[in-house]
Amino acid sequence: MSLKFPIYMDYHATTPVDPRVIETMLPYFNEKFGNAASRSHAYGWTAEEAVSVARERVAALIGAKNPKEIVFTSGATESDNLAIKGVAEFYKEKGDHIITTVIEHKAVLDTCKRLEKDGCRVTYVGVGPDGMVDPAEIEKAMTDKTILVSVMLANNEVGTVQPIEAIGKLTRARGVLLHTDAVQGIGKVPFDVEALNVDLASITAHKMYGPKGVGALYVRRSKPRVRLTAQMDGGGHEFGMRSGTLNVPGIVGFGRAAELMRLEGVEEAKRFVSLRERLLASLSKSLDAIQINDHPTQHLPGNLNVSFSFVEGEALMMAIKDVACSSGSACTSASLEPSYVLHAMGIGDDIAHSSIRFGLGRWTTEEEVDFVIQLVSQKVQKLRDMSPLYEMHKEGIDLASVQWAAH
Amino acid sequence: MGTLDKNDESVGTGLVGAPACGDVMRLQIRVSDDGVIQDAKFKTFGCGSAIASSSLATEWLKGKTIDEADTIKNSMIAEELNLPPVKIHCSVLAEDAIKSAIADFRTKQAAKRSLAK
Repeated sequence: MSLKFPIYMDYHATTPVDPRVIETMLPYFNEKFGNAASRSHAYGWTAEEAVSVARERVAALIGAKNPKEIVFTSGATESDNLAIKGVAEFYKEKGDHIITTVIEHKAVLDTCKRLEKDGCRVTYVGVGPDGMVDPAEIEKAMTDKTILVSVMLANNEVGTVQPIEAIGKLTRARGVLLHTDAVQGIGKVPFDVEALNVDLASITAHKMYGPKGVGALYVRRSKPRVRLTAQMDGGGHEFGMRSGTLNVPGIVGFGRAAELMRLEGVEEAKRFVSLRERLLASLSKSLDAIQINDHPTQHLPGNLNVSFSFVEGEALMMAIKDVACSSGSACTSASLEPSYVLHAMGIGDDIAHSSIRFGLGRWTTEEEVDFVIQLVSQKVQKLRDMSPLYEMHKEGIDLASVQWAAH
Repeated sequence: MGTLDKNDESVGTGLVGAPACGDVMRLQIRVSDDGVIQDAKFKTFGCGSAIASSSLATEWLKGKTIDEADTIKNSMIAEELNLPPVKIHCSVLAEDAIKSAIADFRTKQAAKRSLAK
């Protein structure tokens, strides 16, 4: 089989829609185009029925007891906003304190910052050098005014899988709600809202081979029943929690993608583990001075975040343009700040600037991995030949001892 | 791209930037007795624009006198490479590297002269 360029290794960013998902969606664009809220004719009933099947499938993927606990949204950013703002507003009489972590996605962090402006208090718990949140830190931060804890299931940059089970025990014991942005981990690592005592969970279709523009918020209905203040006013769709005509084709596709993930996720994750192992082992063999930023064991199966010291991430991405991946380098973001996640792990800016994230997924082949190994090894070496830092390193100069003129 | 012997007294070396900022440039010039830059080499840790800025600088330096080299401005580099605003700092760093290499060469020459006296 010939390779198609650029080789896609950015499955954390988004995934292609599985052809089986597309097939399921197609009739809902024209033939079965009804509005799921139309109760007076067959077009509406057909759409409503399709949405309800999708709801059951998404519920089954995350172990939700009641499909009505699934509230469809436009994606995980909306789900995060709805969960956090919705809880903060509804429970403001009860308390005004939220606990989250410094490595959350911006959809959580910026939502929390907005709430701080509106008078909420937010504690941002740090992570260890391994990128892991310590549940004891969460416990320490809890006060009698704490209403919500929000911790992601798996980090999008370094793939660290967070101890949600331990955190869930704490929040349940204290009567505090637990929200998790589960976007990156779902289907790849075990996730069951009942077993983990999760009260709210954000998920999105496009990270699991479904379409973009559709996601869901899991909202627990019993023990405890979670209440939210809707953030979108209108026709009272989605049990009054999210108004707006349902994206029926998207929801149908999401449902199918969730079903495929439930049936095949565990099995395909095994393949990612071996491909990642192959990538890591070969890169470690062909290059010196590389650093793995993933947690040694608790990481997503298809995630490899690696720093190639003495080479800047954006330059490397240009050099390996036959591979689509992403970098923690400042130059790839508008802010000119290197990755805040790596920073929170205590990784120096120099190493953060040198980091590349590979994300393997459903259509990654061994042939592609082998090509990437060869290309990356060759280009890193080329850029190192060009790097004054690598030359100094080879001469035995300790770069940390040099007086650099920061600019 | 490459390295000149930094201990050679006809070679001026400039090392600017910092790894934490994501850019480090080393620019070296070899100057003849009559003050003409015969060779220039760079090594750069940085993004594509930083590498290009330092590479262009070495091309421009070759054949210029030290005094002419001193007039190279970052805006000239930015214009030639069509750098977007977010990459202007790369050209600034290249100008700094040129200035720093020239200063190093001049310091070496002054030391040589005072030694001769």
